Amino acid sequence: MSAETEPARVLLRPPAVRAGLVGPAPIILFIRRLARRRTALFGLVVVMLVVVAALGAPWIAAYDPTEQDITNRLRPPGSPAAAGRAHLLGTDHLGRDILARVLYGARPALMVGFAAVAISGVLGMMVGLVSGYFGGPIDDVFMRLADIQLAFPFILLAIAVIGVLGPSLPVIIVVIGVSSWVVYARVVRGAVLSLREREFVQAAHALGSGDGRVLLRHILPNAFTPWLVVATLDMARVIVIESALSFLGLGVQPPTPTWGGMLADGRVYISTAWWLATFPGLAILVTVLGINLFGDGLRDTLDPRLTL
Amino acid sequence: MRIYLARRLAQALLVLLGVSFIVFFILYLTGDPVLILLPPDASAEDVQKFREAMGFNDPFIVQYGRFLAGALRGDFGQSVRHGEPAFSLVVERMPATFELAGAALLVALGLAIPAGIVSAVRRNTLVDYVSTVVALLGQSMPTFWLGIMLILVFSVQLNLLPSSGRGSLQHLVLPAITLGLFTTARITRLTRSGMLEVLGQDYIRTARAKGVSDPPVVWKHALKNAAIPIVTIVGIELGTLLGGSVITETIFAWPGVGRLSVQAIYNRDYPVVQAAVFLLASTFVLVNLFVDVVYTYLDPRIRLR
Repeated sequence: MSAETEPARVLLRPPAVRAGLVGPAPIILFIRRLARRRTALFGLVVVMLVVVAALGAPWIAAYDPTEQDITNRLRPPGSPAAAGRAHLLGTDHLGRDILARVLYGARPALMVGFAAVAISGVLGMMVGLVSGYFGGPIDDVFMRLADIQLAFPFILLAIAVIGVLGPSLPVIIVVIGVSSWVVYARVVRGAVLSLREREFVQAAHALGSGDGRVLLRHILPNAFTPWLVVATLDMARVIVIESALSFLGLGVQPPTPTWGGMLADGRVYISTAWWLATFPGLAILVTVLGINLFGDGLRDTLDPRLTL
Repeated sequence: MRIYLARRLAQALLVLLGVSFIVFFILYLTGDPVLILLPPDASAEDVQKFREAMGFNDPFIVQYGRFLAGALRGDFGQSVRHGEPAFSLVVERMPATFELAGAALLVALGLAIPAGIVSAVRRNTLVDYVSTVVALLGQSMPTFWLGIMLILVFSVQLNLLPSSGRGSLQHLVLPAITLGLFTTARITRLTRSGMLEVLGQDYIRTARAKGVSDPPVVWKHALKNAAIPIVTIVGIELGTLLGGSVITETIFAWPGVGRLSVQAIYNRDYPVVQAAVFLLASTFVLVNLFVDVVYTYLDPRIRLR
């Protein structure tokens, strides 16, 4: 909005707002309410730390995550190393620094998490909007497609398709993204079903707005809240799936460090070197817990009636 | 009621049809299945002959029709690896997977429902906090890590339970806990919130006002109503359990469908993959159909729809 139009916009506000009788903007209210939930805030801090670890890995880690040092293999946590450095979380079977690998491992996890959630979120949002708004046969078709999608054991379908196409970052993202749209579609559809009967939507129709405009300008913004909650909680699920795929050898391939891949390596040494499998698992647990706490808080703040 | 069930049945069949299409499509995705099904040293002439014999030169829809006809008779072709019919290989391993999923479900229900009820009844006490935190951790813990940690503690350190294989009840303990934990966490949270909602209803207050003491209110009046969403989630969770068994079976070397299909994927044994995916998905559809039928008895409102 340019400076010249600003006064006009201010005049258009309801008198109560102009007089300062109404409280702060909804977004400020929302942040205040969210900040009062300590567990949600804690979750957010954890997630931020993981993001910082992923982005800042080259500066935080004292070692290169792929640098092998056979003379220093399977060192327990806290082992001193040359040049005053230490392997705080020990080394793996090839003498690689576990802390560095855990830090770098946050990258594929978050990348797959964000990208797959973006794909399934957009797909599910579109299906939910169209299905809920138009109803009838379109709705029937989409909802049967959703039933078909849900009938598959997710991990099995994913490994079957990835096994066929070959594991790579884009394939993993697309497979998870394309097969996770159902939750979004259902939640958005539910919201649209009640929204389309509301007065402001009917008013928009009466004023001559077309279906597309009504959907995008009036319904979508109001269906966004439940969508956001689903997206947050789904991110946790996707990160677990990414590490499960890496664990099975069908994730991002070595030498790129992944939490699941580290766990699979560590499993072999479980009786002699517990730290190999323990730390990547803790990394997954902490990340997923952080996202879940934040997501729960988001849900309770935005939409307490949502049952997820 | 009868119309509702007939419609549900028709929907289930439609879903199975869709499932079969996607399962067929998995092999189609490989590009040229012949190169996978035949050994790598097959001559060009053999490849051509095999392609003709298997009908891979036919149009897509004809191939799908043939696949569907085969699938309905339980014929998914021969396993490339084992030389046996893929269908019977998978069916042989079904009992092991059902045993594990059933045990995991028992663990989940046995822990989650009491924990959820106590949490709701003793809301905001220490018991409630502990159960909530444990449920949250359980929901955030990856199955495969939990499995490895349980092996580390109970098999490697304490030497109490076997870490792999199937047979005695001891063999079942660790895999069932591993597989069941996520479901336990979900059902605990669902039971707690369901009970909290029901306990706040007028009819509970009425029952209390009429002098019904605490235990019967909780068990007879509240739980019966809170059970409805739990029954639904059990059907859905069974899908999670069947799918999750892929990972759990791999960790504990459990001889079920999940482990078979992971090995089949590594071996590019696609007939077995197709049979496994199709049978697990069909099981899920049938279980949910059954759950829906049970549901109509629990909740008369459904019947009227």
